[in-house]
Amino acid sequence: MSTAKTRTHHHAHHYESATHEYDTSKQGMWLFLVTEILMFGGLFVGYAYFHHIFPEIFKIGSTFTDWRLGAANTVVLLFSSLTMALGIYYTQMNDRSKARLMLLITILCGAVFMVIKYFEYSHKIHLGLMPGSWYTADAQAVLEHAKEKFPGLTEIPSNLPLYFSFYYMMTGLHGIHVMIGMGLIFWIWLRMGRGWYGKDHYTGVEGVGLFWHLIDLIWIYLFPLLYLVT
Amino acid sequence: MAHAATHHEGTNYLNHERGLWSWLTTLDHKRIGILYFITVFFFFFIGGIFALLIRTELFKTGVTVMGPETYNQVFTYHGAVMVFLVIIPGIPAFLGNFFLPIQIGAKDVAFPRLNLMSWYCLILGAVFAVSSLFVGGADTGWTFYTPYSISLKPGVVLMVVGAFIAGFSSILTGLNFIATVHKLRAPGMTMNRIPLFIWALYSTSIIQILATPVLAITLLLIAAENIFQIGFFDPALGGDPVLFQHFFWFYSHPAVYIMILPAFGVISELIAAFSRKTIFGYTAIAYSSLAIAAVSFFVWGHHMFVSGQSEVAGVLFSVLTMLVGVPTAIKLFNWIATLYKASINLASPMLFALGFLFLFTIGGVTGIFLATTALDVHLHDTYFVVAHFHYVMVGGTLMALVGGLYYWFPKMFGRMVNETLGRVSFFFIFAGFNVTFFPQFVLGAKGMPRRYFDYLPEFEHLNQISTIGSYMIGIGFVVVFIAVIHALLKGEKAGDNPWGAKTLEWTTSSPPPHENFLKTPIVTAGPYEYR
Ligand SMILES: [Cu+2]
Repeated sequence: MSTAKTRTHHHAHHYESATHEYDTSKQGMWLFLVTEILMFGGLFVGYAYFHHIFPEIFKIGSTFTDWRLGAANTVVLLFSSLTMALGIYYTQMNDRSKARLMLLITILCGAVFMVIKYFEYSHKIHLGLMPGSWYTADAQAVLEHAKEKFPGLTEIPSNLPLYFSFYYMMTGLHGIHVMIGMGLIFWIWLRMGRGWYGKDHYTGVEGVGLFWHLIDLIWIYLFPLLYLVT
Repeated sequence: MAHAATHHEGTNYLNHERGLWSWLTTLDHKRIGILYFITVFFFFFIGGIFALLIRTELFKTGVTVMGPETYNQVFTYHGAVMVFLVIIPGIPAFLGNFFLPIQIGAKDVAFPRLNLMSWYCLILGAVFAVSSLFVGGADTGWTFYTPYSISLKPGVVLMVVGAFIAGFSSILTGLNFIATVHKLRAPGMTMNRIPLFIWALYSTSIIQILATPVLAITLLLIAAENIFQIGFFDPALGGDPVLFQHFFWFYSHPAVYIMILPAFGVISELIAAFSRKTIFGYTAIAYSSLAIAAVSFFVWGHHMFVSGQSEVAGVLFSVLTMLVGVPTAIKLFNWIATLYKASINLASPMLFALGFLFLFTIGGVTGIFLATTALDVHLHDTYFVVAHFHYVMVGGTLMALVGGLYYWFPKMFGRMVNETLGRVSFFFIFAGFNVTFFPQFVLGAKGMPRRYFDYLPEFEHLNQISTIGSYMIGIGFVVVFIAVIHALLKGEKAGDNPWGAKTLEWTTSSPPPHENFLKTPIVTAGPYEYR
C-alpha cells in the first residue's frame, strides 16, 4: 500500500464548496453525538433512580469490580483519545504515514480495553454474578466478600442482581460502541492507505474522531458509577 | 411510477434514471420521498385492515369474527403499524423528504446516503415487526407495558427490535433535516423566509433526535428483559414497571408531536395557498411549532395519573399539559385569521385543511379534558381516550397527509388529481371519521374500557354506529387510492403552478428536474406574498 499517491476529494454536487460540505458534515456528526448521549442518558437515569431507592446494592455490587482494572481501562481510553487527536492532526498536516500509525495505536488501545473487559466479564460470570434471573452466585460467598469492605453487613439484599444488570447493560452497550469505533477507525486507516484524506479533506477522520472521544467520555462517567461507589 | 414519466417531454427526476435498481439505490431526495410514499401507503393499507377487523369484531357483543387472543394481537398490530410505520414517517419522510429541499431552494438534503439508509432502516424494522407474526405474534398493545411485555414472548422481542430499527429511520431523517435547514438554504432564504412547513419539519426533527434515542434504549431494555431477564422493569427481580412507563412516555408523548407538527406545517401551506392571502402571523405560527416541541418534553406524566405517580407530579404534569394548548391555539387562531376576508378556493386539498381545523380542534380540546387530573381518573383507559387520540392522529395527521398529497401531487408527478374523486374521498373520510369516533367519546364517558375484547350489551348500539363509520372511512381511502392511480394514468397534465401558490417548489417544473432547479433560485421575498 502506498501512501504517496493522493486522491482528491470532490465535494458532492449539492454543496457549493468543500468547506460547505465539511461544515455540514461536522454539524451532522455533532447532532448524531447528541442522539448517542440521549440513548445512554436513559441508562444513566435508570441508574440514578435505582441508586436512589437501593443505594446498598450498588455499594455491595461494586465491591465485585476491580477499580485497578477500571482505572487501567480509563488510562488506556484517555491515551487513545490523544492518539486519535494526533491522527487528525497529522492528517491535517498531510503526513499520512504518521496519521495511520496514530490510528493503529488507537485501534490497539481499543483492543486492550476490550481484552481487559473480557477478563472482568469472565471473572464475574465464573462467580455467577450475572444479571437478573441469571444470577447464580453463592449467597454466603457474596456475603463474605462484601463483609471485607462492609463489616457490619448481615445479609445480602435479594435484588443485588439489579446492580449486575446495570453493570452489563452499561458496559455492554459501551463495549459495542468501542468495537464499532474500532471498526470505523480501521476503515479510515484502510482508506488512508489508498491515498484518501489529507490537508484538504479530513472530514471522515474528524467525524470518527469525535465519535471516539464520545466513547471515551461515556467511559469516564461509567468508571466511577460502577467501580467507585462508596 | 415510470409510466407517469413517459408522457413527459424533457428529463425530470422520474426519468433521469430508469429501472427498479435505480430506485432502490437512488440518492435523490425526491425519489426517496416516493419510496416512503409507497411504503407508508402500503403499511397504511395493512394497518387499516387491522382497524376494520377490530371494528368488525366489536360490531356485536361476544365473538363476532375472532377470539379474544386474536383480538389482542389485532389491536396491537393496528397500533404498532399505524404509529411506527405510517404516522411517524408519513408526513416528514414522504412529503418532507420531497419538499423540504425544494422549498428552501436546495439541490438535495445534506446527507443523501444517510437519507437512503433511513428508508432501509424503516424497511428492515418493518420486516422484523412483521416476522413477529410467525413466532406467536405480539399482544401487548403498541405501548409494550411491563411486566406483561417482558413475559418472554419471542413475538414481542421481534416487535420491539423492529420498532427500535424503525426508530433509527426517524432519528436519521431528523438529523438530516436539521443540517439541511441550517446549511443548505438558497441565497436570500433567511430563517424568516422559510415556509411554515419547513418550520414545522424543523421542530419535528428536534423532537426526533432528542426523544427517539430514549425510545431506542427503552426498547433495547425490553428486548434485554425478554432475552436476559435483566430485571429493570420486572418487580419480581426488584425492578420497577412504572419506570418503563416514564421512559416510554418520555418518548411517546413528544412522538405525538412528531406525528402532528408536520401536519400543522402542511395545513399552514394549504390555508395560505387556497386563501390566496398572506398568512396571518407567520412568526407566531413558526415559533409556536418550536414552543410545542419544547413543552412536549415536560408533559409525559399525564399518561400516568393513575400509575401511582405522586400528587404533586400529577398537578405539575396537568398544568404543563394544558400549556401545550397555548401554542396550539395560537396556530388555530392565526389560520382562522388568514381565512378571514380571504378569496377561498374550496379545492379538495383545502377541504381536507378545513376538515383538519374542525377535527383537530375537537381532538385538542378533549386532550385538555384528559389533562385534568380528576376527570382523567374517570376517563383513563376508556374509549374517550381512543376517540381523543384518533381525532388528533387521524382527524389531524391523516387529513393533513391526504390534503398535502392532493396539493403536491401535481408537483410530484406532473398530473392533477381528479377533483370529483378528491371531493368524494373527502366526504367519506370526514363523515365516516365522525361517525366512527364521536360515538366513542360517549362510550368512553359511559365507562366502556379500551382494548377489551367484549362489552356490556347497552354499548352495542353506539358500537354498531362506530363500526359502520369505520367502513365509510375505508371506502374513503379506497377512493383516495383510485384517485391516485387515476391521476397517474389519466390525470390532466399539471402546469408548473396549478394552484397559484408562492413557495419555491412551484417555481420549478412539474415534475422537478433531477437537481430541483435548473438555476439556484435567489430569494427576495417571504413565502406567502399574496396580497
Ligand atoms: Cu401524551
